[in-house]
This record gives sequence, structure tokens and C-alpha cells, in this order.
Amino acid sequence: MSGKLINATNLKKSFDQFIAVDNIDLSVSRGEVVGFLGPNGAGKSTTMKMLTGFLEPDNGQIFVNNINLKSDPLKAKEFIGYLPEGAPSYSDMIVADFLSFIGKMRGLNHNSLSKRLEEMANQINLKEMWNRPIETLSKGFKRRVGIAQALIHDPDILILDEPTDGLDPNQKHEMRNLIKRISTNKAIVISTHILEEVEAVCSRAVIIANGKLLANDTPKNLENKFLNKNTLSIKVSNKINNVISKDIKSLIKYDDVKIQKTDISTHTILISDNKKVPNLNTVLKQINKLKLDVIEANFQKVSLEEIFRTITSDNNSK
Amino acid sequence: MNNYLNKIYIILDRELKGYFRTPLASIFLLVFLALSSGMTFFLGRFFERDQADLTAFFSWHPWLFLVLMPAIGMRLWAEERRSGTIELLITLPVTNTQLVVGKFLASWIFTLIALILTMPIWITVNYLGEPDNHVILISYLGSWLMAGAFLALTSCLSALTKNQVIAFIISSISGFVLIMAGFNLVLSAVRSWSPNWITETISSMSFLSHFSRIQMGVFDLSTLVFFISMIILCLWINVQLVQVKKAD
Repeated sequence: MSGKLINATNLKKSFDQFIAVDNIDLSVSRGEVVGFLGPNGAGKSTTMKMLTGFLEPDNGQIFVNNINLKSDPLKAKEFIGYLPEGAPSYSDMIVADFLSFIGKMRGLNHNSLSKRLEEMANQINLKEMWNRPIETLSKGFKRRVGIAQALIHDPDILILDEPTDGLDPNQKHEMRNLIKRISTNKAIVISTHILEEVEAVCSRAVIIANGKLLANDTPKNLENKFLNKNTLSIKVSNKINNVISKDIKSLIKYDDVKIQKTDISTHTILISDNKKVPNLNTVLKQINKLKLDVIEANFQKVSLEEIFRTITSDNNSK
Repeated sequence: MNNYLNKIYIILDRELKGYFRTPLASIFLLVFLALSSGMTFFLGRFFERDQADLTAFFSWHPWLFLVLMPAIGMRLWAEERRSGTIELLITLPVTNTQLVVGKFLASWIFTLIALILTMPIWITVNYLGEPDNHVILISYLGSWLMAGAFLALTSCLSALTKNQVIAFIISSISGFVLIMAGFNLVLSAVRSWSPNWITETISSMSFLSHFSRIQMGVFDLSTLVFFISMIILCLWINVQLVQVKKAD
């Protein structure tokens, strides 16, 4: 028995000659929010469709709450809430009827359905749209209806395919807060190509390209792994004119010294050397001589976006 | 078992109400009533025949259903595939068979409502004379069974495409072939090159010949078995097609 709510091994799926997913392993525990990252066509949606039982893998096994999805799909599907890409729904139905339909199909009895409908109306802020046909709702509300139908049976596992796609910044913020709020007792997988989303809500990032899993770690660990140890970054709260700039470059004895304006009152000095790793103490001593106020000093961080680009472009070139 | 049937009922309920959420239901019912009455009185010469029966009414049903059943059934799966809601349905804890049967039953019950609304013509013929109500009742049942076969065929074919218009056209053409299977035109063309059993099989598949017997008040087991097996076969293929085509 595994403690993982989702445990998928060696997943493979091809469409004719095209390999959409190539030997992917993925496991998710309760309390985890896994961000599924990848360029368009990387295999994210196909993997999610396999995890939810919509598609059958050509190879590999999926266990949902220790239930084999292939041998007992109906039981396994009871534990999953799924928001497909684009949040499809029956547009001619009113919100209340649509959620009620999904709730009944999920096996909720009359009492628990009424209770959950009320909770959904409050939690997802759908009250004002409750009796409106879905086709008349804005994209943001349609997406909320999609989330509500995925949550109606309070599932242990939530699989959300691009939940914030097409939403405005406020709606994105709300959606992320909602995901954070409900994530404590669920295993959540969200797919996205928005990297800030992973940084904002995910406890783990899984990067996939051309159907292959390229990275699987916490956003923090990924950043550390890709930390640029050859470039030292010193942030100072001084205005740096041409004279000071020349002094800095002559004092610091490394190959490449660049000075960038960070904002109105701060500058960042980037120091790198092809032959050796710059020494932080030495550089700080040299900078002190110029009486600059250092407010931050570290090896240059690489954004998740750069990591994503590096990993996926490496894979493409292979 | 209760839970299994309950899921079918929930799907049926949603689909049936779906017909009435849009103007589709009222338009369809109006067209059906107008065409069936028009054909009975003008093409079927109901009054000129001077007979207290509903032959003039029922004899047009195969041709009416040829167009109207694909109109009801074309959206059953094509629309689910076009809008992506098929992904919602299939990831629910429900089997494809339950989905197919629930949707089909909704459309079949909708047809029953349409047929019930033609009852005034039955009342009229009883007012004007003394018809054999037993034959009329059998004809109604036969008509509903035949509508079910047309609907099952349409439901099955609508799983092949995301486009409702294409679903309508291929269903009408297939329905036309099944009606014409009983005509000499088709049979003589087949007879010239095929063994006798093929000709007989094709002939036995004719909607028209089965329905003609029903209209005469003959509701034998072979006709019942034919329409029921036609429905079951089409729905079985429908389930397979949903499985194969769901992700296309």
C-alpha cells in the first residue's frame, strides 16, 4: 500500500506515430500541489487525461488512492475531481442545475448535495450567478463553475488543466488563492505554462517536454540546482555614475564586471569569471573600499522561467 | 443495480430537460404535428378514403422519421464531442453504456411525447366512425419502436463526428437505405450478383416491410425482435464508437 494518492508509473501514450507521453512517472501525496509545466503540445493534457481515466495509457499503471484505474475505473474515478482544458460545461443549463447534475452523477444524496451546493456557492463565489444560464457568464465565472463541478463531491484528488488560462490578473489571483485554500487536505495537479503560477501555488514543479519528464522537484530546489554559481550578484543602495563605475571595474579583479540599474535608488553589480568562481569575501572587501552600501549579495538566481527555457530547449536540441 | 439504473435516469433526465431548455423541442413538436397532419389529410387523402382507420396517418411515418429522427438525435454525441463535455462525462464514475442508454432513452421518450400529441387524430377517427382501436394501438407502438431504431442509428452515427450537420446527413442517408431495403429496386440490384440469403437478409432488414405488417395489425415476434435488436446493435456500436472516438 502506498501513501500516495496518485501513483503513476511508466506512462506511455502514442497517437499513430506521434509519442505524446513517453515513460512518465508521477506520484502525488495529500497536501501537495504539483505544477505540471511544459510548452504547448508537451504532453501535459494527455497525461492528465490518463490520470483521470479519460484516456487509457498504452503502457504503464495508474493507482488512484491505491485503486488500479484500469481494473476498477468507476471506484477510482470517485476520488477524482477534474477540470478539463477550457472548462467545458453544458452552456444551456443554469449554474445550479449543472452543479446539481454533476453532484448526482458523483453519487451525492439529496442532503449532502444541498449542503455541497451551498458550500460551492459560498466558497467559489457563485451566488450571484446561481440561476443564470452558463452561456451568459463571463470567462472567469465559467472557470469558477468548472472548478465547482470538480469540487462538488469534495474529492481527495483534484486535477486542473490550465485553471487560470484566459482569466484577468484579479481572477488569476482569486483562483490561486482558492487552490491554496483547498490544497491542505488534497492532492492537486495543475497544468500551466505560466511559471509565476507554479511559484505562487505549487509545492512541486514537474517539467515535461516532448512527452518526457525533464524535472521533478520543488520550485526552490530547482532554483538552487540552476543557481548560476559563476555570476556573483551584489545589490547596492547607491547611485552609480560613470566615475564610480570605472572605479568598481578597476578594483574588482575578475574578467567580467557589469553594472545594472535595478531601480531609482539601487544598482546591481554582476561579477563573473570564466576561469574561477568569484569569491564573495574578496569582492565585498573591494567594494567596501568605495564605501558602497551593500544590501544584498548572492550568486545570481535563475528564474523558473529561465530554468524552464533551459531544460525544454536542451531537450529540443537533443 | 439500483445505483446503475439511477445513473441512467440522471442522464436521461438531464437530456430530456435539455430538449425543452431551447426552442428545439417546441419547433420539433410543431413541425412533427404539422407534417404528420398535412401528410395524413393532403397526401394520404384521409377524408377521400372514407375509411375509419389511421392508415393514411401511419403510412407516412417512416418517411417523416427519416428526416425528423436524425434532427432529434444528431446532437446526442456530436455536440458532446464538439463542446468538450464528453471529457466531463467520461471522467465521471459512470460507464459508457450508461451514458449511451441514458441519452438514447431521453430522445426516445421525447419521440413518445411527440406521438402522444398526435392523439387528437385518433379521437377524430373514433368520432367519425368505428375504427379498429387495437390496430391503431399496435401501429402507435410499432411507430414508436421504429422511431427508436432510427434514433439508435442516429445516436450511433453522431458519435462519429463533431459536426451535427454531418451527423444529420449520414443518419438520413443510412435511414433511407434501411427503408429502401424492402423495395424491389434495391433487391433486384442485389439479387443479380449475390446469393439468395444475402437478398433475403437485406429484405428482412427493411423498416418499411416490418412497419407495413404492423400497420395491418400484425405485430409478430419477428418484427419486435427486429426493431429491438436493431436498437441494441446500434447502441452497442455507439458504445464502442464513443470509446474509440472520444479523444479525436
